[in-house]
Amino acid sequence: MKKLVIIGAGMAAGRLVEHVSEAGGWDITLFNAEPRGTYNRIMLSPVLSGEKTYEEIVTHDAPFYEEHGVTCRFGERVEGIDRTAKIVRAPGGDVPYDKLVIATGSTPFIIPLPGHDLDGVIAYRDLEDTERMMALQGGKKAVVIGGGLLGLEAAAGMHARGIDVTVVHLMGHLMERQLDEAAGYLLRKELAQRGINVLVSTNSKEILGRDGKVTALRLENGTEIPCDLLVMAVGIRPATALAAEAGLATGKGIHVDDQMITSDEDILAIGECVEHDGQIFGLVAPLYDQAKVAAATLTGDPAAFENRETATKLKVTGCDLFSAGDFAEGEDREDIVFRDPARGVYKRLVLHESRVIGAVMYGDTADGGWFHGLIKDKTDITEMRETLIFGPAYQGGAALDPMAAVAALPADAEICGCNGVCKGQIVQAIENGAGSLDAVRGATKASGSCGTCTGLVEQLLSVTLGDEFKLPTAQPVCGCTDLTHEDVRRLIKSRELKSQAAVWQELGWTTPNGCHVCRPAINYYLLADWPVEYQDDPQSRFVNERKHANIQKDGTFSVVPRMWGGLTNAQELRAIADAADKYNVPTVKVTGGQRIDLLGVRGEDLPAMWADLGRAGLVSGHAYAKGLRTVKTCVGTDHCRFGTQNSTGLGVRLEKKLWGSWTPHKVKMAVSGCPRNCAEATCKDLGIICVDSAFEIGVGGAAGMDLREIQPLVKVATEAEAMEWTIAFVQIYRENAKYLDRPYKWIAKVGLDWVQERLADEAERARLIAAFELSQTIYQKDPWAERARAEEAHKFAPLADLTLEAAE
Amino acid sequence: MSWIDIGALGDIPIRGARKVKTRAGCIAIFRTDEATIFATSNTCPHKGGPLEEGIVHGTRVTCPLHNWVFDLETGEAQGPDDGRIDTYPAKVEDGRILIDAALLGQKAA
Repeated sequence: MKKLVIIGAGMAAGRLVEHVSEAGGWDITLFNAEPRGTYNRIMLSPVLSGEKTYEEIVTHDAPFYEEHGVTCRFGERVEGIDRTAKIVRAPGGDVPYDKLVIATGSTPFIIPLPGHDLDGVIAYRDLEDTERMMALQGGKKAVVIGGGLLGLEAAAGMHARGIDVTVVHLMGHLMERQLDEAAGYLLRKELAQRGINVLVSTNSKEILGRDGKVTALRLENGTEIPCDLLVMAVGIRPATALAAEAGLATGKGIHVDDQMITSDEDILAIGECVEHDGQIFGLVAPLYDQAKVAAATLTGDPAAFENRETATKLKVTGCDLFSAGDFAEGEDREDIVFRDPARGVYKRLVLHESRVIGAVMYGDTADGGWFHGLIKDKTDITEMRETLIFGPAYQGGAALDPMAAVAALPADAEICGCNGVCKGQIVQAIENGAGSLDAVRGATKASGSCGTCTGLVEQLLSVTLGDEFKLPTAQPVCGCTDLTHEDVRRLIKSRELKSQAAVWQELGWTTPNGCHVCRPAINYYLLADWPVEYQDDPQSRFVNERKHANIQKDGTFSVVPRMWGGLTNAQELRAIADAADKYNVPTVKVTGGQRIDLLGVRGEDLPAMWADLGRAGLVSGHAYAKGLRTVKTCVGTDHCRFGTQNSTGLGVRLEKKLWGSWTPHKVKMAVSGCPRNCAEATCKDLGIICVDSAFEIGVGGAAGMDLREIQPLVKVATEAEAMEWTIAFVQIYRENAKYLDRPYKWIAKVGLDWVQERLADEAERARLIAAFELSQTIYQKDPWAERARAEEAHKFAPLADLTLEAAE
Repeated sequence: MSWIDIGALGDIPIRGARKVKTRAGCIAIFRTDEATIFATSNTCPHKGGPLEEGIVHGTRVTCPLHNWVFDLETGEAQGPDDGRIDTYPAKVEDGRILIDAALLGQKAA
């Protein structure tokens, strides 16, 4: 029998032993510097966290080697290779070979920081390292340098054992080789929530110790992080020393050809120690391929190693993360991105020439394998591009037929993310007699919360009941598209469409640039979802919002200056009276919202009138806007003998906070200082009634085409809380409602419960307020002042006046 | 036909409009894309709405008062509405907007 010597018993070598002993014909000697055979090194993290034991991850034990006649030389470090004599030199005796396979793997890289040789500074590579970490008592402190795959697994594993862990990462986001910034952010957030301290963009300077033992890590900024153990997980280097000493060609790793043969035809190399076509390897899948090819080469079968796309999964329980392929940005690359911040889900596909070349997923990685398959097979995804990001469940029928897509969903596909209702439950409810959307909602809660899955539920009704069910509400936005408002809002967010052109293009608008119905809606959705990135388009606004005045039936306009909370003073009133005189205003009227309306102003006169009013401190009252109109108040405690709170002050403060913001439809508010409700707060979009000890906030009132009383949203003790809830309510309405749905209509769709639940979550409330304030940095400015300036004002005049020129 | 220069193309935003006063009444000049201009009557035949204030989409405009939609090439009302607006010769040359000089001389109807 020919003699085969394998140096190293890592995972690649283990696989090679299996293949070769299966083929037979070789007398195998297996060297391993570690005192054990092959175990599943990538499962060390579950061992560390306590989810598995070492015994469970051993792949080849003594009986295996015995059965396959493998001579094991474990715990012995090979000293050299004599290529001329074809002998491997080792402390326990030399071994001759006919073929030699080097599988020495890699060595962890240790940053040569001062103190790196202290006791308690380890890498994370083998069982010994794992055991060092496991030996640390709960309550002790550990620092992990390196926020890559291994470093995070080490950190999470130690954290699970009750260790206080800090991760120090040089780069700006975690796992930067596998994740993009957004997924890295979500991962960091998750780890931080668990209590792992994560520092990014952080440089280490020095490892401090006492009596030869590590005590702390000092960062470049001078901060010291105390620790009892310091784990460096900053990367690996191919272990090439043995091969290089033997005179084999090496670069980053040991050079091999497609057959895994080194520069010596009798010596092969596999695993993390090799360099193939300029590439080195760290993940297990290509190593297994190499073992297979090497086995074939040894038995004389033709085989060639080809590096293929490899997927990564982080083995940290609860962190669902998947990454495969190449996801760097590039000019000829396109992204499809889906985000669901409420569930912490992020998915991104990178496309190049109608093929998926990269995928990053966080939070929901169920479709990872399928995307990985698309990458490996270079599948043309043109046909399913629209629904690609939703995964294979949506690819059942013709890609764009939503009915077929719904019919093709498996029973356990989640339809309603808010309430965790899957297709099977809904179908069962329908079969048990729930024959309408409301009935399904009542039976399963599906679509009873945010409502974005309403369309899907209706399609399920239709699919299940056939002709008995008529789709009632799948109203497209307009003739330019088959999509509903809800679809468009969802796609603008998930696919990060940030311009109208992107919406028209990506969502397949049938008209070149929309129509008077869809353009204002899309303009609103874009500016609400992307306040920073998107620029408001005046040409997509209805005349009133473009002119910042209300057009009247004769083509003249009305002008309503803002009066905060309905308060005014003599100086403002004088300015208004002067303007009425100067511009021959035929009608001056007091509005229902406690403002003064100047009706019948010529369009050309608007900028000059605004300039005059502006000099008296008056700004636009937005009486024309799908935005905050007015906050009506009573006189509260200032003058009224019944007033319980400063309702006027609260109204003014609310108006100062909210003015200038765009909303799906107009928003009217009121604050009444006592239950007598003189400000008529109970029929407003949001009304606050002050009582002796609290502020009662109600929403969803109306006194227009429909008459509705507000429904109680919350009762809060302080004015600050009342402000907070009001702002958060406005923002959640801005983010979710269909264009031209007043709050009462929107609430009827999503349910007040859902609104209350979201707003009751303190973190969500804070997020909503922050999002609103960001938007206000851009949109809270007086449009009148901007347009009163000369360079803007001329646009209100005719382009030319030919009446003054003589006819030829 | 003789042409008269009424302004720069850049004075009208894309998918926007401006009006020109003439003795025949107001004319609306529409810019539907980078370099395409249409001139029509500014007055909607329905209730007299000023078309220059409407939303411009494709080669159409929607009246701001009651959403009548007119094709700018033919002047015909679209959809169920019945009516038409006058259209006039207009063109762009060297970044300037030119309309038919005959419009200067017309008397109001």
